[in-house]
Amino acid sequence: MGRSRLDTSGLHVLGVRHHGPGSARAVRAALEEIKPDAVLIEGPPEADALTSLVGELEPPVALLAYADTPKGDAAKDGDGARTDAGWGFWPFAGFSPEWEALRYAVGNDVPVRFCDLPAAHTLAERIAEAEERRKAEEEHARAEQEEDRPGTEPGDGTGAAGEPDGQSADGGTGEPERVRLDPLGVLAEAAGYDDAERWWDDVIEQRGAGEPSPFPAIADAMAAVRAESAPESGRDARREAYMRQTLRAVLREGHERVAVVCGAWHAPALRDVADHPVREDTALLRGLPKVKVTATWVPWTHGRLASASGYGAGVAAPGWYHHLFTAPDLPVHRWLTDAARMLREEGQPVSSSHVIEGVRLAESLAVLRGRPLAGLDEVSEALTAVLCEGAPAKAALVHHRMAVGERMGSVPPSTPMVPLQRDLIAAQKRLRLKPEPFDRDIDLDLRKDNQRERGVLLHRLRLLGVGWGVPRTPEGGRKGTFRESWRLRWDPDMDVALIEASRWGTTVASAAEARAADLAEGADLPALTSLTERCLFADLGGALPRVLSLLTDRAATDSDVTHLMEALPPLARSARYGDVRGTDGAHLRTVAEQILRRVCVGLAPAVHGLDDDAAAEFVRLIDATHTAATLLGGEGARAWTAALVALTGRDTLPGRIAGRVNRMLSDAGLLEAEELRRRLGLAMSPGAEPAGAAAWLEGFLQGSGLILVHDEHLLGLIDAWLLALPEERFTAVLPLLRRTFGAFEGPERREIGASALRLGSGPAADGGGSPAAVAVDTERAAPALATALAILTDGRSLG
Amino acid sequence: MTTSAPSLRTDAAQALRPHAEQTYAAEIEALAKADDRQRPPGWKLSPWAVTRYLLGTTLEDGTEITPKYIGARRVVEVAVATLATDRALLLLGVPGTAKTWLSEHLAAAVSGDSTLLVQGTAGTSEEAVRYGWNYARLLAEGPSEAAMVPSPVMTAMARGSIGRIEELTRMPSDVQDGLITVLSEKSLPVAELGIEVQAQRGFNIIATANDRDRGVNDLSSALRRRFNTVVLPVPDSAEDEVRIVTQRVEQLGRSLELPEVPTSLTEIKRVVTVFRELRSGMTEDNGTKVKSPSGTLSTAEAISVITSGIALAAHFGDGQLRPADVAAGIQGAVVQDRVSDGVVWREYLETVARGRDGWGEFYRACREVGA
Repeated sequence: MGRSRLDTSGLHVLGVRHHGPGSARAVRAALEEIKPDAVLIEGPPEADALTSLVGELEPPVALLAYADTPKGDAAKDGDGARTDAGWGFWPFAGFSPEWEALRYAVGNDVPVRFCDLPAAHTLAERIAEAEERRKAEEEHARAEQEEDRPGTEPGDGTGAAGEPDGQSADGGTGEPERVRLDPLGVLAEAAGYDDAERWWDDVIEQRGAGEPSPFPAIADAMAAVRAESAPESGRDARREAYMRQTLRAVLREGHERVAVVCGAWHAPALRDVADHPVREDTALLRGLPKVKVTATWVPWTHGRLASASGYGAGVAAPGWYHHLFTAPDLPVHRWLTDAARMLREEGQPVSSSHVIEGVRLAESLAVLRGRPLAGLDEVSEALTAVLCEGAPAKAALVHHRMAVGERMGSVPPSTPMVPLQRDLIAAQKRLRLKPEPFDRDIDLDLRKDNQRERGVLLHRLRLLGVGWGVPRTPEGGRKGTFRESWRLRWDPDMDVALIEASRWGTTVASAAEARAADLAEGADLPALTSLTERCLFADLGGALPRVLSLLTDRAATDSDVTHLMEALPPLARSARYGDVRGTDGAHLRTVAEQILRRVCVGLAPAVHGLDDDAAAEFVRLIDATHTAATLLGGEGARAWTAALVALTGRDTLPGRIAGRVNRMLSDAGLLEAEELRRRLGLAMSPGAEPAGAAAWLEGFLQGSGLILVHDEHLLGLIDAWLLALPEERFTAVLPLLRRTFGAFEGPERREIGASALRLGSGPAADGGGSPAAVAVDTERAAPALATALAILTDGRSLG
Repeated sequence: MTTSAPSLRTDAAQALRPHAEQTYAAEIEALAKADDRQRPPGWKLSPWAVTRYLLGTTLEDGTEITPKYIGARRVVEVAVATLATDRALLLLGVPGTAKTWLSEHLAAAVSGDSTLLVQGTAGTSEEAVRYGWNYARLLAEGPSEAAMVPSPVMTAMARGSIGRIEELTRMPSDVQDGLITVLSEKSLPVAELGIEVQAQRGFNIIATANDRDRGVNDLSSALRRRFNTVVLPVPDSAEDEVRIVTQRVEQLGRSLELPEVPTSLTEIKRVVTVFRELRSGMTEDNGTKVKSPSGTLSTAEAISVITSGIALAAHFGDGQLRPADVAAGIQGAVVQDRVSDGVVWREYLETVARGRDGWGEFYRACREVGA
């Protein structure tokens, strides 16, 4: 060492639990007593420049540090790890001790610095880990190994953050906490508690104001626990080394009273900074990997702070802590009063006497359990037993809502942001769409400009990977081409998604366009068509030509007709409905018709030799294509029906497809009843394989069996076929028939049954008309008939 | 007292079912000795010791306190804390979730007396919760305290101990409402004599009610709000339920002096599994759906199935609890409604029990009983 020993007489280390209201209160009191001339806080030093904004922030907020994407290297494959792991959050709630320290420092013009290991190293490490993991996974995949390798399991022990409640540096990959011995657990056990959190709550967090500073005792206790466990290693050792280095620098600068706010676990390591040789710390920090990092403030929510959301740094009940921190006195009384108000809003009769008795129960429970003050468990039980009179579901609802106490912070406009964020904020303001941390459903009427723009914005954001709005099925089945229904919910992660997306452009529109064009490269045919649809929804006229030309190319080279058939329906929809949104559908229509023609050509070879399952799938495609063709209409639709007619002439056609196509043609009036009967008769003839005949029938009757009610000849043919089947054959086809007829509605089945009965009673002598032969007044029916026809044929008369 | 003839006096030691405070007198005494915490006025033990009594522990002097209630600790803590605040306690739950059991033990531990009991039925009259008269005396001497017959509730008030009301919701509403004055004013006026009985410290009411039965008289909100309500859950885990059944079966066997039969954990587990699966409508591995019968299939019924199985095994079997011994009991518990439950039970046997490893003998035994 050789140098003069560091003077640490002015050093005050305040070991806290992150997000602990009692800690926050104690920190405040300690700072006011110490009056430090420099404050150090556990956090990434990249944020040092951002501390000036603290006064304008409204918690909960989080520091976001993200690895910059090198320019010109947009979203290539090797970048995946960077986007997955290249960011980290350091959240602060109003009741976080770090936040109190920040506010104190900024309010009193005391220089404040963050002293944790820079995010540059943390993120570099994490990116490397993610990269490694990805490679390992790829290798696994290549080796055809078990598919359920734990992809979420973070890199083993080396990077374990093991602070008392590991707040810092927990981004997307979430490192495991408490890998080693849980220090608080040991202390709590020594104090006779079975739950460490509760012990800490009792001893520290529920302290009132004016009690003596707990920090020296905390540091001593932690030192005792640390003496029992192995010395720090890996990441934690590096973090503490860095903290000490910063601390030394600050002390050397000549600050006399320095306050350090850090996780309790680290307190002894910093307090005894003079005992640690500088040389070792420097050695630890040499040659760490590094990336370029930008830091900023983003709004955070209590929901994300709650550990229930699966977020590593969580606290059990941010709402409760917030309440403990903000309530001037009588936290239990106030909490239960609030709960009573909430229950009354829900229409539950809750009187003041309920609240009184609730408070008494909570307090006597606390006494029974030997706690100094009723905690969240006690108030929750009082809520159930008294206020909700034993109804657990009701209590759980209120309790959960209050325990999380959902709120969202905000950041001032002067916060550093990427241009894309600013553009979005401007758009949000213009369209009056406020980001909120809970679900909100909206219905948009696309005929109104303002509402259409909202929909466009949400669609564009979805293209950029920002899932603020998710389409939903509206209640009551109100549908229409001019309507969109969304469910909105803003999540702090979306800021990260926005920052990631900022490499695509500086405005939402241009970024979405660039992203769409990028997605189009290398996409297969069905993906391309759905992309076309999304481009239309998102009103990305600029990207559309490129996507469509790629689509035509791909359609020309794709030899799989099923791909083409899958691609057609969204295109047809777009071509048809594009005009609702005011886009030009002509180009689309050309592309769609081209594809339809390709389908017509490829149809016949494609159906050759399909087994029954494949045929069922193909029938679905034929149905979808048929709908699409009808939507498109015109020349293309005629070509399609011609292709279908040609198809029925083939002998090798699988029974199910043949049945279905015949039915389609007959429904469209392209097949004479006489011819249809002939074909059914052929399929049902004794020489045909019964299983094949049953498949034919299934295809034919798919969807509706009413045709049998209306045409007794058809029913008669089927009847004759069934009766002629030998017993074992009958047993063999019975399940197939059951499947076919079982799909019909009850009344439909009944009518078929009734018709079949009439068959048995002898051939209907009088003309064989419809079953309920009612005289029809053709003159009066004519207008209705014409309308129905117009609807069915989509306003065009089919040849 | 003139009411009881000497022939009706019974010996507690010979009782078919001794009261909790008799059975566990030793435990209560040991706890009282070790208990140095503050006791609420009128309490025999401190709240802390009462929870220990119910949840079980080992005292410093080595006395083993057996757990009386196996399940969530918070249920017991809320119940005890409620009694300590002088609020009345309402235990709610489906039949067989140990409501009565818990109430009896609470009364025994808190006031050393679990016998001040009113059973709620459709015919329970006001006299049962207030006071009645010895009419012979009333006619002979006119209204006097000697002619009055106090109800258990009144006795509890006068003594400062816990009164118990079973099946509160089965009582007619007007009788229920008679409790309101008792709970809010803590006094019971006797208008005929111009006196009132003021509750002594330590008095409280524990009521039980089940929320499964239809056609019960719901509590008026005025009465309801004088109770803290604790809902007793069905045991969470199969593990817990097996423990409860095993423990109770042993105790019952002892008090009924059944010949010693080695309690077979396999059979208990099997009965508990059958009950849980039928109750939840799903097999334990979440693999198969099964239909649920109309009965509640509570833990209490599982206990009685096992106990009667043991009696069968001891007296008619080979002294080992065999599947055949429980088969009849289990069918009786499941099949309450001959037609619909019969189908449920047969279906369960065929689809679930039949294929399970090691259940062959059980399956055959049940088939035999059913045939």
